[in-house]
Amino acid sequence: MAKILIRAKDLCAGYGERIVLKRANFAIAEGDFVCVVGANGAGKSTLIKAILGLIKPKAGAIELAKDLKRSELGYMPQDTQFETDFPASVTEIVRTGALGRMGLRPFYGTAERKAASDCLRMLKIGKLAQRNFAELSGGQRQKVLLARALMASRRVLFLDEPSNNLDYKSKADFYALLKRLNAEEGLTIVMITHDVDVHDLIGNKVLALRDEDLWLGETAKYLEVIHEHC
Amino acid sequence: MNIAEMLSLGFMQNAFVAGLALALCAALLGVCLVLRRSSMIGDGLSHAGFAAFALATVFGWLPLPFALVAVSLLSFLVLRLSRNRNGDAAIAILSASSLAVGTFAISITRGVNIDINSYLFGSILAVSRAEAISALVFAAVVLVIFVLCFNRIFALTFDERFARTMGVKVGFYEAIFAVICSVIIVLGMRLLGALLISALIIFPALTAIRLVKDFRSTMICAVIVSLLSFVVGLTFSYLLGTPAGSTIVLVDLAVFALACLVRKIC
Repeated sequence: MAKILIRAKDLCAGYGERIVLKRANFAIAEGDFVCVVGANGAGKSTLIKAILGLIKPKAGAIELAKDLKRSELGYMPQDTQFETDFPASVTEIVRTGALGRMGLRPFYGTAERKAASDCLRMLKIGKLAQRNFAELSGGQRQKVLLARALMASRRVLFLDEPSNNLDYKSKADFYALLKRLNAEEGLTIVMITHDVDVHDLIGNKVLALRDEDLWLGETAKYLEVIHEHC
Repeated sequence: MNIAEMLSLGFMQNAFVAGLALALCAALLGVCLVLRRSSMIGDGLSHAGFAAFALATVFGWLPLPFALVAVSLLSFLVLRLSRNRNGDAAIAILSASSLAVGTFAISITRGVNIDINSYLFGSILAVSRAEAISALVFAAVVLVIFVLCFNRIFALTFDERFARTMGVKVGFYEAIFAVICSVIIVLGMRLLGALLISALIIFPALTAIRLVKDFRSTMICAVIVSLLSFVVGLTFSYLLGTPAGSTIVLVDLAVFALACLVRKIC
Protein backbone atom coordinates (compact mmCIF):
# COMPACT_ATOMS: atom_id res chain seq x y z
CA MET A 1 0.00 0.00 0.00
CA ALA A 2 1.48 3.31 -1.07
CA LYS A 3 1.90 6.04 1.48
CA ILE A 4 -0.95 8.56 1.78
CA LEU A 5 0.30 12.11 1.10
CA ILE A 6 -2.93 14.10 1.21
CA ARG A 7 -6.16 13.18 2.94
CA ALA A 8 -9.41 15.19 2.89
CA LYS A 9 -11.76 14.61 5.82
CA ASP A 10 -15.37 15.77 5.48
CA LEU A 11 -14.12 18.67 3.41
CA CYS A 12 -16.61 21.42 2.58
CA ALA A 13 -15.47 24.26 0.38
CA GLY A 14 -16.97 26.98 -1.77
CA TYR A 15 -17.13 30.69 -2.49
CA GLY A 16 -19.22 33.07 -0.42
CA GLU A 17 -22.58 31.42 0.20
CA ARG A 18 -22.07 28.80 -2.44
CA ILE A 19 -20.86 25.37 -1.42
CA VAL A 20 -19.36 23.33 -4.24
CA LEU A 21 -17.83 20.54 -2.20
CA LYS A 22 -19.89 18.84 0.49
CA ARG A 23 -18.26 16.52 3.00
CA ALA A 24 -15.70 15.16 0.59
CA ASN A 25 -13.48 12.33 1.77
CA PHE A 26 -10.59 11.05 -0.27
CA ALA A 27 -6.91 10.25 -0.10
CA ILE A 28 -4.09 10.78 -2.58
CA ALA A 29 -1.21 8.33 -2.33
CA GLU A 30 2.43 8.79 -3.22
CA GLY A 31 3.03 8.11 -6.90
CA ASP A 32 -0.61 8.63 -7.91
CA PHE A 33 -1.44 10.44 -11.12
CA VAL A 34 -4.97 11.73 -10.53
CA CYS A 35 -7.05 13.41 -13.25
CA VAL A 36 -9.76 15.64 -11.80
CA VAL A 37 -12.86 15.77 -13.99
CA GLY A 38 -16.24 17.44 -13.70
CA ALA A 39 -18.45 19.98 -15.43
CA ASN A 40 -17.73 23.72 -15.23
CA GLY A 41 -18.54 24.94 -11.75
CA ALA A 42 -18.40 21.43 -10.27
CA GLY A 43 -15.64 22.57 -7.94
CA LYS A 44 -12.46 21.29 -9.57
CA SER A 45 -10.44 24.47 -9.03
CA THR A 46 -12.02 24.99 -5.61
CA LEU A 47 -10.84 21.58 -4.53
CA ILE A 48 -7.27 22.26 -5.60
CA LYS A 49 -7.27 25.73 -4.05
CA ALA A 50 -8.48 24.26 -0.77
CA ILE A 51 -5.69 21.66 -0.77
CA LEU A 52 -3.11 24.35 -1.55
CA GLY A 53 -4.45 26.60 1.18
CA LEU A 54 -5.46 29.38 -1.22
CA ILE A 55 -9.00 29.25 0.20
CA LYS A 56 -10.10 28.18 3.66
CA PRO A 57 -12.31 25.08 3.89
CA LYS A 58 -15.81 25.88 5.21
CA ALA A 59 -15.64 22.73 7.29
CA GLY A 60 -13.58 19.58 7.55
CA ALA A 61 -9.86 19.41 7.03
CA ILE A 62 -7.03 18.62 4.66
CA GLU A 63 -4.30 16.58 6.24
CA LEU A 64 -0.84 16.32 4.76
CA ALA A 65 1.62 13.50 5.46
CA LYS A 66 3.92 14.34 8.38
CA ASP A 67 6.98 14.83 6.20
CA LEU A 68 5.15 16.96 3.62
CA LYS A 69 4.97 20.72 4.08
CA ARG A 70 2.44 22.93 2.35
CA SER A 71 5.27 24.83 0.64
CA GLU A 72 6.31 21.50 -0.92
CA LEU A 73 3.14 21.37 -3.00
CA GLY A 74 3.94 22.52 -6.51
CA TYR A 75 1.24 24.42 -8.35
CA MET A 76 0.81 25.18 -12.01
CA PRO A 77 -2.01 27.63 -12.70
CA GLN A 78 -3.86 28.14 -15.97
CA ASP A 79 -1.81 29.91 -18.58
CA THR A 80 -4.59 32.27 -19.66
CA GLN A 81 -4.17 34.62 -16.72
CA PHE A 82 -0.82 35.95 -17.87
CA GLU A 83 -0.52 39.31 -19.54
CA THR A 84 0.92 39.26 -23.01
CA ASP A 85 3.38 42.09 -22.44
CA PHE A 86 4.76 41.14 -19.04
CA PRO A 87 8.54 41.59 -19.05
CA ALA A 88 9.86 38.49 -17.31
CA SER A 89 12.62 36.09 -18.28
CA VAL A 90 12.14 32.34 -18.01
CA THR A 91 14.89 32.12 -15.37
CA GLU A 92 13.28 34.84 -13.24
CA ILE A 93 9.99 32.97 -13.31
CA VAL A 94 11.35 29.50 -12.59
CA ARG A 95 13.43 30.72 -9.65
CA THR A 96 10.35 32.04 -7.83
CA GLY A 97 9.48 28.40 -7.22
CA ALA A 98 12.20 28.40 -4.56
CA LEU A 99 10.69 31.23 -2.49
CA GLY A 100 8.61 28.84 -0.39
CA ARG A 101 11.64 27.28 1.27
CA MET A 102 13.79 30.41 1.63
CA GLY A 103 12.26 31.74 4.83
CA LEU A 104 13.26 35.38 5.26
CA ARG A 105 16.34 35.10 3.08
CA PRO A 106 16.08 37.90 0.46
CA PHE A 107 18.25 36.60 -2.40
CA TYR A 108 18.61 33.33 -4.28
CA GLY A 109 21.74 31.36 -3.42
CA THR A 110 23.85 28.98 -5.48
CA ALA A 111 21.56 26.07 -4.62
CA GLU A 112 18.44 27.83 -5.96
CA ARG A 113 20.21 28.98 -9.11
CA LYS A 114 21.43 25.48 -9.82
CA ALA A 115 18.04 23.93 -9.05
CA ALA A 116 16.41 26.31 -11.54
CA SER A 117 18.79 25.32 -14.35
CA ASP A 118 18.30 21.66 -13.44
CA CYS A 119 14.53 22.01 -13.74
CA LEU A 120 14.87 23.68 -17.13
CA ARG A 121 17.21 20.96 -18.30
CA MET A 122 14.93 18.21 -17.02
CA LEU A 123 12.13 19.59 -19.21
CA LYS A 124 14.55 20.15 -22.11
CA ILE A 125 13.99 23.90 -22.22
CA GLY A 126 17.46 24.97 -21.04
CA LYS A 127 17.82 27.02 -24.21
CA LEU A 128 14.89 29.23 -23.24
CA ALA A 129 16.47 30.38 -19.95
CA GLN A 130 17.04 33.99 -20.97
CA ARG A 131 14.00 34.34 -23.23
CA ASN A 132 11.04 36.59 -22.50
CA PHE A 133 8.09 34.53 -21.26
CA ALA A 134 5.60 36.58 -23.27
CA GLU A 135 7.30 35.68 -26.56
CA LEU A 136 7.12 31.92 -26.08
CA SER A 137 4.62 29.57 -27.71
CA GLY A 138 1.77 28.11 -25.65
CA GLY A 139 3.55 24.77 -25.27
CA GLN A 140 6.80 26.40 -24.20
CA ARG A 141 4.99 28.56 -21.66
CA GLN A 142 3.36 25.51 -20.13
CA LYS A 143 6.75 23.90 -19.74
CA VAL A 144 8.14 27.01 -18.06
CA LEU A 145 5.23 27.03 -15.59
CA LEU A 146 5.77 23.31 -15.04
CA ALA A 147 9.47 23.96 -14.37
CA ARG A 148 8.50 26.57 -11.79
CA ALA A 149 6.13 24.12 -10.10
CA LEU A 150 8.87 21.46 -10.12
CA MET A 151 11.23 23.98 -8.59
CA ALA A 152 8.76 24.30 -5.72
CA SER A 153 8.22 20.58 -5.36
CA ARG A 154 9.73 17.36 -6.55
CA ARG A 155 7.01 15.40 -4.75
CA VAL A 156 3.48 16.63 -5.47
CA LEU A 157 2.29 18.71 -8.38
CA PHE A 158 -1.11 20.30 -8.96
CA LEU A 159 -1.96 21.36 -12.49
CA ASP A 160 -4.98 23.43 -13.44
CA GLU A 161 -6.14 22.62 -16.98
CA PRO A 162 -2.63 22.52 -18.46
CA SER A 163 -3.86 21.44 -21.89
CA ASN A 164 -5.91 24.60 -22.39
CA ASN A 165 -4.73 26.62 -25.39
CA LEU A 166 -2.45 23.87 -26.61
CA ASP A 167 -2.60 22.45 -30.10
CA TYR A 168 -2.81 18.69 -30.53
CA LYS A 169 0.92 18.09 -30.85
CA SER A 170 1.98 20.30 -27.93
CA LYS A 171 -0.68 18.63 -25.81
CA ALA A 172 0.55 15.11 -26.62
CA ASP A 173 4.09 16.27 -25.98
CA PHE A 174 3.15 17.79 -22.64
CA TYR A 175 1.19 14.72 -21.52
CA ALA A 176 4.15 12.48 -22.40
CA LEU A 177 6.33 14.69 -20.25
CA LEU A 178 3.95 14.41 -17.28
CA LYS A 179 3.79 10.63 -17.64
CA ARG A 180 7.58 10.48 -17.65
CA LEU A 181 7.86 12.64 -14.51
CA ASN A 182 5.29 10.43 -12.79
CA ALA A 183 6.92 7.16 -13.81
CA GLU A 184 10.61 8.05 -13.63
CA GLU A 185 10.81 10.73 -10.96
CA GLY A 186 8.04 9.28 -8.79
CA LEU A 187 6.20 12.60 -8.86
CA THR A 188 2.65 12.56 -7.53
CA ILE A 189 0.43 14.51 -9.92
CA VAL A 190 -3.07 15.92 -9.54
CA MET A 191 -4.30 17.41 -12.81
CA ILE A 192 -7.57 19.14 -13.63
CA THR A 193 -8.58 18.25 -17.16
CA HIS A 194 -10.56 20.65 -19.24
CA ASP A 195 -12.94 18.37 -21.04
CA VAL A 196 -13.90 14.84 -20.16
CA ASP A 197 -12.25 13.32 -23.15
CA VAL A 198 -11.04 9.76 -22.62
CA HIS A 199 -7.68 10.78 -24.11
CA ASP A 200 -7.18 13.29 -21.34
CA LEU A 201 -7.42 10.65 -18.64
CA ILE A 202 -3.73 9.86 -18.73
CA GLY A 203 -3.30 9.12 -15.01
CA ASN A 204 -3.84 5.90 -13.09
CA LYS A 205 -6.74 7.43 -11.16
CA VAL A 206 -9.72 9.70 -11.75
CA LEU A 207 -11.35 12.06 -9.29
CA ALA A 208 -14.82 12.92 -10.60
CA LEU A 209 -16.93 15.75 -9.19
CA ARG A 210 -20.67 15.96 -9.77
CA ASP A 211 -23.44 17.71 -7.86
CA GLU A 212 -21.42 18.09 -4.67
CA ASP A 213 -20.49 14.41 -4.92
CA LEU A 214 -16.99 13.07 -5.29
CA TRP A 215 -15.68 9.79 -6.66
CA LEU A 216 -12.05 8.72 -6.66
CA GLY A 217 -10.84 5.46 -8.15
CA GLU A 218 -8.84 3.69 -10.82
CA THR A 219 -9.10 5.14 -14.31
CA ALA A 220 -10.13 1.74 -15.76
CA LYS A 221 -12.95 1.45 -13.24
CA TYR A 222 -14.12 5.00 -14.04
CA LEU A 223 -14.21 4.24 -17.75
CA GLU A 224 -16.25 1.09 -17.06
CA VAL A 225 -18.82 3.03 -15.06
CA ILE A 226 -19.02 5.76 -17.68
CA HIS A 227 -19.44 3.13 -20.37
CA GLU A 228 -22.34 1.49 -18.54
CA HIS A 229 -24.14 4.81 -18.18
CA CYS A 230 -23.83 5.72 -21.83
CA MET B 1 25.26 80.34 -17.28
CA ASN B 2 21.60 79.66 -16.85
CA ILE B 3 22.12 76.09 -15.62
CA ALA B 4 24.72 77.11 -13.03
CA GLU B 5 22.47 79.90 -11.88
CA MET B 6 19.54 77.48 -11.66
CA LEU B 7 21.51 75.07 -9.47
CA SER B 8 22.62 77.84 -7.16
CA LEU B 9 19.06 78.74 -6.24
CA GLY B 10 17.88 77.26 -2.96
CA PHE B 11 14.36 76.44 -4.12
CA MET B 12 15.65 74.75 -7.27
CA GLN B 13 18.01 72.63 -5.20
CA ASN B 14 15.06 71.57 -3.06
CA ALA B 15 12.96 70.84 -6.12
CA PHE B 16 15.75 68.74 -7.66
CA VAL B 17 16.49 66.74 -4.52
CA ALA B 18 12.84 66.07 -3.71
CA GLY B 19 11.93 65.42 -7.34
CA LEU B 20 14.77 62.97 -8.01
CA ALA B 21 14.02 61.08 -4.80
CA LEU B 22 10.34 60.81 -5.69
CA ALA B 23 11.06 59.99 -9.33
CA LEU B 24 13.11 57.01 -8.14
CA CYS B 25 10.34 55.73 -5.86
CA ALA B 26 7.64 56.39 -8.46
CA ALA B 27 9.51 54.37 -11.10
CA LEU B 28 9.94 51.34 -8.82
CA LEU B 29 6.35 51.40 -7.63
CA GLY B 30 5.04 52.20 -11.10
CA VAL B 31 6.40 48.99 -12.60
CA CYS B 32 4.41 46.98 -10.06
CA LEU B 33 1.23 49.02 -10.38
CA VAL B 34 1.23 49.04 -14.18
CA LEU B 35 1.95 45.32 -14.45
CA ARG B 36 -0.73 44.53 -11.88
CA ARG B 37 -3.21 46.60 -13.93
CA SER B 38 -3.61 49.13 -11.13
CA SER B 39 -2.35 52.20 -12.97
CA MET B 40 -5.35 54.27 -12.00
CA ILE B 41 -4.75 53.93 -8.26
CA GLY B 42 -2.20 56.74 -8.33
CA ASP B 43 -4.63 58.96 -10.20
CA GLY B 44 -7.46 58.38 -7.72
CA LEU B 45 -5.20 58.95 -4.75
CA SER B 46 -3.71 62.15 -6.12
CA HIS B 47 -7.18 63.67 -6.29
CA ALA B 48 -7.76 62.52 -2.74
CA GLY B 49 -4.48 64.23 -1.87
CA PHE B 50 -5.83 67.48 -3.30
CA ALA B 51 -8.95 67.20 -1.11
CA ALA B 52 -6.82 66.45 1.93
CA PHE B 53 -4.60 69.49 1.38
CA ALA B 54 -7.59 71.71 0.79
CA LEU B 55 -9.38 70.52 3.93
CA ALA B 56 -6.23 70.87 6.02
CA THR B 57 -5.70 74.43 4.81
CA VAL B 58 -9.33 75.39 5.37
CA PHE B 59 -9.45 73.96 8.90
CA GLY B 60 -5.99 75.14 9.82
CA TRP B 61 -4.51 71.65 10.29
CA LEU B 62 -0.92 70.86 9.38
CA PRO B 63 -1.35 70.02 5.70
CA LEU B 64 1.48 67.53 5.17
CA PRO B 65 0.87 65.16 8.13
CA PHE B 66 -2.90 65.32 7.63
CA ALA B 67 -2.65 64.57 3.92
CA LEU B 68 -0.19 61.72 4.57
CA VAL B 69 -2.51 60.03 7.04
CA ALA B 70 -5.68 60.65 5.03
CA VAL B 71 -4.24 59.48 1.70
CA SER B 72 -2.61 56.41 3.26
CA LEU B 73 -5.90 55.36 4.80
CA LEU B 74 -7.72 55.95 1.53
CA SER B 75 -5.06 54.00 -0.34
CA PHE B 76 -5.94 50.84 1.62
CA LEU B 77 -9.57 51.37 0.73
CA VAL B 78 -8.77 51.95 -2.95
CA LEU B 79 -6.55 48.89 -3.08
CA ARG B 80 -9.34 46.80 -1.66
CA LEU B 81 -11.93 48.31 -3.99
CA SER B 82 -9.70 47.83 -7.01
CA ARG B 83 -9.89 44.06 -6.46
CA ASN B 84 -13.63 44.15 -7.20
CA ARG B 85 -14.97 43.97 -10.66
CA ASN B 86 -16.14 47.59 -10.45
CA GLY B 87 -12.78 48.76 -9.17
CA ASP B 88 -12.28 51.30 -11.94
CA ALA B 89 -15.66 52.83 -11.23
CA ALA B 90 -14.80 53.06 -7.54
CA ILE B 91 -11.60 54.91 -8.37
CA ALA B 92 -13.46 57.24 -10.73
CA ILE B 93 -15.90 58.03 -7.92
CA LEU B 94 -13.05 58.71 -5.52
CA SER B 95 -11.34 61.05 -8.03
CA ALA B 96 -14.41 63.10 -8.81
CA SER B 97 -15.66 63.29 -5.23
CA SER B 98 -12.27 64.33 -3.92
CA LEU B 99 -11.97 67.12 -6.44
CA ALA B 100 -15.48 68.24 -5.53
CA VAL B 101 -14.77 68.17 -1.79
CA GLY B 102 -11.50 70.05 -2.24
CA THR B 103 -12.84 72.82 -4.43
CA PHE B 104 -16.03 73.11 -2.37
CA ALA B 105 -14.09 73.46 0.88
CA ILE B 106 -11.84 76.12 -0.60
CA SER B 107 -14.69 78.08 -2.15
CA ILE B 108 -16.81 78.38 1.02
CA THR B 109 -13.91 79.57 3.10
CA ARG B 110 -13.47 83.29 3.28
CA GLY B 111 -10.41 85.06 4.49
CA VAL B 112 -8.07 82.27 3.51
CA ASN B 113 -6.03 82.94 0.45
CA ILE B 114 -5.50 79.65 -1.31
CA ASP B 115 -4.03 79.25 -4.74
CA ILE B 116 -5.94 76.29 -6.19
CA ASN B 117 -3.69 76.31 -9.22
CA SER B 118 -0.61 75.47 -7.23
CA TYR B 119 -2.35 72.41 -5.77
CA LEU B 120 -3.69 71.22 -9.06
CA PHE B 121 -0.70 71.94 -11.24
CA GLY B 122 2.16 72.20 -8.79
CA SER B 123 4.66 74.89 -8.12
CA ILE B 124 8.40 74.81 -8.33
CA LEU B 125 8.62 77.14 -5.33
CA ALA B 126 6.57 74.95 -3.06
CA VAL B 127 9.18 72.46 -1.85
CA SER B 128 10.87 73.33 1.43
CA ARG B 129 14.29 72.11 2.50
CA ALA B 130 12.66 69.90 5.15
CA GLU B 131 10.41 68.29 2.53
CA ALA B 132 13.37 67.70 0.25
CA ILE B 133 15.24 65.92 3.05
CA SER B 134 12.15 63.88 3.97
CA ALA B 135 11.83 62.82 0.35
CA LEU B 136 15.48 61.75 0.31
CA VAL B 137 15.10 59.64 3.46
CA PHE B 138 11.89 58.15 2.08
CA ALA B 139 13.62 57.22 -1.17
CA ALA B 140 16.41 55.48 0.73
CA VAL B 141 13.85 53.40 2.64
CA VAL B 142 11.93 52.52 -0.53
CA LEU B 143 15.13 51.52 -2.32
CA VAL B 144 16.14 49.21 0.52
CA ILE B 145 12.67 47.62 0.54
CA PHE B 146 12.72 47.04 -3.21
CA VAL B 147 16.23 45.57 -3.20
CA LEU B 148 15.60 43.24 -0.25
CA CYS B 149 12.14 42.15 -1.39
CA PHE B 150 12.86 42.17 -5.10
CA ASN B 151 12.31 38.46 -5.72
CA ARG B 152 9.07 38.37 -3.78
CA ILE B 153 7.81 41.56 -5.39
CA PHE B 154 8.48 40.00 -8.78
CA ALA B 155 6.72 36.78 -7.78
CA LEU B 156 3.56 38.53 -6.64
CA THR B 157 3.51 40.94 -9.57
CA PHE B 158 3.87 38.15 -12.09
CA ASP B 159 1.55 35.60 -10.52
CA GLU B 160 -0.14 36.52 -7.28
CA ARG B 161 -1.76 33.15 -6.72
CA PHE B 162 1.46 31.22 -7.15
CA ALA B 163 3.25 33.69 -4.88
CA ARG B 164 0.66 32.94 -2.21
CA THR B 165 1.36 29.21 -2.48
CA MET B 166 5.01 30.11 -1.96
CA GLY B 167 4.14 31.81 1.31
CA VAL B 168 4.63 35.37 0.02
CA LYS B 169 2.53 37.70 2.17
CA VAL B 170 0.69 39.42 -0.66
CA GLY B 171 -1.47 41.57 1.62
CA PHE B 172 1.60 42.86 3.44
CA TYR B 173 3.26 43.94 0.19
CA GLU B 174 0.06 45.53 -1.04
CA ALA B 175 -0.05 47.59 2.15
CA ILE B 176 3.55 48.65 1.55
CA PHE B 177 2.72 49.62 -2.04
CA ALA B 178 -0.27 51.62 -0.81
CA VAL B 179 1.79 53.57 1.71
CA ILE B 180 4.62 54.21 -0.77
CA CYS B 181 2.09 55.41 -3.33
CA SER B 182 0.50 57.76 -0.80
CA VAL B 183 3.82 59.26 0.27
CA ILE B 184 4.91 59.80 -3.35
CA ILE B 185 1.64 61.54 -4.07
CA VAL B 186 1.57 63.75 -0.99
CA LEU B 187 5.21 64.79 -1.24
CA GLY B 188 5.16 65.10 -5.02
CA MET B 189 1.90 66.99 -5.29
CA ARG B 190 3.46 70.27 -4.22
CA LEU B 191 5.92 70.06 -7.05
CA LEU B 192 3.96 68.45 -9.87
CA GLY B 193 0.38 69.09 -8.85
CA ALA B 194 -2.50 66.74 -8.10
CA LEU B 195 -3.51 66.36 -11.72
CA LEU B 196 -0.07 65.33 -12.96
CA ILE B 197 1.65 63.43 -10.16
CA SER B 198 0.27 60.04 -11.22
CA ALA B 199 2.07 60.42 -14.56
CA LEU B 200 5.35 60.22 -12.65
CA ILE B 201 4.29 56.77 -11.49
CA ILE B 202 3.04 55.22 -14.72
CA PHE B 203 5.07 56.75 -17.57
CA PRO B 204 8.56 55.40 -16.73
CA ALA B 205 7.12 51.92 -16.21
CA LEU B 206 5.23 51.98 -19.51
CA THR B 207 8.34 53.18 -21.32
CA ALA B 208 10.57 50.53 -19.72
CA ILE B 209 8.14 47.71 -20.50
CA ARG B 210 8.46 48.59 -24.16
CA LEU B 211 12.23 48.60 -24.13
CA VAL B 212 13.39 45.58 -22.13
CA LYS B 213 12.37 41.97 -21.68
CA ASP B 214 12.96 40.93 -18.11
CA PHE B 215 11.71 42.22 -14.79
CA ARG B 216 14.99 43.38 -13.27
CA SER B 217 15.97 45.32 -16.38
CA THR B 218 12.47 46.83 -16.46
CA MET B 219 12.93 48.17 -12.93
CA ILE B 220 16.39 49.57 -13.70
CA CYS B 221 15.28 51.04 -17.02
CA ALA B 222 12.21 52.65 -15.44
CA VAL B 223 14.38 54.29 -12.78
CA ILE B 224 16.82 55.67 -15.36
CA VAL B 225 14.01 56.95 -17.58
CA SER B 226 12.26 58.50 -14.60
CA LEU B 227 15.34 60.29 -13.26
CA LEU B 228 16.43 61.58 -16.68
CA SER B 229 12.95 62.78 -17.63
CA PHE B 230 12.70 64.59 -14.34
CA VAL B 231 16.05 66.38 -14.73
CA VAL B 232 15.34 67.34 -18.34
CA GLY B 233 11.77 68.37 -17.54
CA LEU B 234 12.63 70.49 -14.53
CA THR B 235 15.52 72.16 -16.34
CA PHE B 236 13.30 73.05 -19.30
CA SER B 237 10.62 74.27 -16.95
CA TYR B 238 13.13 76.64 -15.34
CA LEU B 239 14.63 77.84 -18.60
CA LEU B 240 11.31 78.34 -20.37
CA GLY B 241 9.37 79.51 -17.35
CA THR B 242 6.75 76.79 -17.83
CA PRO B 243 5.01 74.87 -15.00
CA ALA B 244 7.24 72.09 -13.64
CA GLY B 245 4.55 69.40 -13.59
CA SER B 246 3.37 69.75 -17.14
CA THR B 247 6.90 70.14 -18.54
CA ILE B 248 8.10 66.96 -16.81
CA VAL B 249 5.04 65.00 -17.91
CA LEU B 250 5.53 66.21 -21.50
CA VAL B 251 9.14 64.97 -21.43
CA ASP B 252 7.89 61.64 -20.03
CA LEU B 253 5.33 61.48 -22.82
CA ALA B 254 7.98 62.24 -25.47
CA VAL B 255 10.26 59.49 -24.12
CA PHE B 256 7.33 57.07 -24.05
CA ALA B 257 6.44 57.90 -27.66
CA LEU B 258 10.08 57.38 -28.63
CA ALA B 259 10.10 53.99 -26.86
CA CYS B 260 6.97 52.94 -28.75
CA LEU B 261 8.65 53.94 -32.00
CA VAL B 262 11.85 52.08 -31.15
CA ARG B 263 9.86 48.97 -30.31
CA LYS B 264 7.98 49.17 -33.56
CA ILE B 265 11.13 49.49 -35.62
CA CYS B 266 13.18 46.84 -33.78
